[in-house]
Amino acid sequence: MDRPATDRRTATPDRGTAPAAVACDDLVVRYGTTVAVDGLSFTARAGEVLALLGPNGAGKTSPVETLEGYRRPDGGSVTVLGADPVADHAAVIPRIGVMLQRGGVYPALAPGRVLRLFAGYYDDPEDPDALLDLVGLEGVRGTPWRRLSGGEQQRLSLALALIGKPEVVFLDEPTAGVDPEGRLTVRSVIRSLRERGVCVVLTTHELTEAERLADRVVIVDRGRAVAEGTPAELAADRSDGSIRFSAPAGLDTAALAGAIGAGAELTETEPGQYRLAPGGTAVPDALAALTTALAARGTAVTDLRTGASLEEAYLAVTGGERIGDGTGGGRDGGAGRGGGRRRGRR
Amino acid sequence: MRPFATQLRAELDMVFANGETLLLTLGIPVLFLVFFSGVHILPTGTKHPVDFLVPGILALAVMSTAMVAVGIGTGFERGYGVLKRLAATPLGRPRLLGAKLAAVVAIELIQAAVLLAVGLGLGWRLPSNAAAPAAVGAMVLGTAAFGGIGLVLAGTLKPLVNLAVANSLFVVLLLVGGMLVPLTKLPGWLQAVAKALPASALADALHAALGTGGAPTATDWVVLAVWAVAAPMVAALVFRWE
Repeated sequence: MDRPATDRRTATPDRGTAPAAVACDDLVVRYGTTVAVDGLSFTARAGEVLALLGPNGAGKTSPVETLEGYRRPDGGSVTVLGADPVADHAAVIPRIGVMLQRGGVYPALAPGRVLRLFAGYYDDPEDPDALLDLVGLEGVRGTPWRRLSGGEQQRLSLALALIGKPEVVFLDEPTAGVDPEGRLTVRSVIRSLRERGVCVVLTTHELTEAERLADRVVIVDRGRAVAEGTPAELAADRSDGSIRFSAPAGLDTAALAGAIGAGAELTETEPGQYRLAPGGTAVPDALAALTTALAARGTAVTDLRTGASLEEAYLAVTGGERIGDGTGGGRDGGAGRGGGRRRGRR
Repeated sequence: MRPFATQLRAELDMVFANGETLLLTLGIPVLFLVFFSGVHILPTGTKHPVDFLVPGILALAVMSTAMVAVGIGTGFERGYGVLKRLAATPLGRPRLLGAKLAAVVAIELIQAAVLLAVGLGLGWRLPSNAAAPAAVGAMVLGTAAFGGIGLVLAGTLKPLVNLAVANSLFVVLLLVGGMLVPLTKLPGWLQAVAKALPASALADALHAALGTGGAPTATDWVVLAVWAVAAPMVAALVFRWE
């Protein structure tokens, strides 16, 4: 690999000095006059799962397809395994696995046949039958692709991305349209790839998927990286020392706050969602007082946590566009595009 | 070699598993040959219609495989994102195109064998001065020309529009291409147009080589050669892979 290991974005001690398997440096992608990617930079190394998280149309697929060699950057540069995916296409392609956002399979061919076909393209392919088992398609191995469910089609695409024993895998929305059981499969496949030292770059518009799958998340909004870090780091970046919980809507917030301590403020951010700023009270004491006060009222509390969630971090840095599973609280106000727009890593 | 062989097998598998393609490439040509050889309603101008029909329907077979069958299949592969996905495998575009071309040649060989056998069964006899090399050369050029036209359509139109246009073009060229009806039976202006098209050039060349005997005319060769070069070039320029 000719790319130096001391890229400024990867030189932090905790990430070691391993060279980046994938690097996107100040990438610009334009479609006519539309700027889809506007100066995006990120890296991912072997054994790491990187998620590009953002709303639909944020500019997640374009950088991935540039890394896959489908288009040349309009600005900046990309490298995959130290090489240019367009100029060194023939050298890069056998070492990467690609899962497109949709389609990509002959509709008349069944999973078993497609996997054997793709295995024939590679010098040392994975065993097609083992892959069928891995993604749970052994029961439909003979069913033409067009008669598979959406989730089965996605899992076949995932298996096809792995057939060449890739060192880098690009997964564009790997869990979109996949049922809960299929999601478990996809997650376990991604975990096993990481254990084998494969670099996984995936896109998702679902926070829970990013939180569960990724070692590191780059939040992409309007073609730019607006924040970057582990899910925990991103959430911690937004933490303001408050306590959040879910409980029945319409609690008497003033009375509850009074029971917790002087200066405590309790607000119902949306029906059933509460945020407690403990004021002068220490967080453990405030927690104890809160649960006691709620118990005294016979009120069930769920989803109690201190600190922010990835979702709050996400909403803050993207300016509050709602995405994903639609649960959880809204913006806390103030920390919008201006204040929260930063790329953070602790 | 292995990726190419793997792909070629898959291309042939898909052709033979697809009823529509078999109907188009074998069913219709054989049906026309048998029916119009027995039912003398076409003004073929020959004593036995089969003498005119065997060369004409060989030209039809080339057109059906290279332009329609491959063109429609490729259009749907483009629509389903298969071509895009294959670009991200070590197969690569040159080997994909090579495999498609090899599949076309294989199908045409089968078509030729079946049509010639049926023709012989219907009383067709190869003339003593037949020019087999000229026939093969004309079919090679025709394959390039019709393959190029099919890929121009497949690479620019939506799959269903491509399907409709390719099938319509097939029917029109079948009627004005001198395959079932001699060009001389067409109105003068239509003859002039038809003579510039690859369908009539191929049919005319095959009629000369395998029917009346003797060499195809220079006009046939020029028209075929121009289409055989121009159509694939245009396809290379306008083809959109996704």
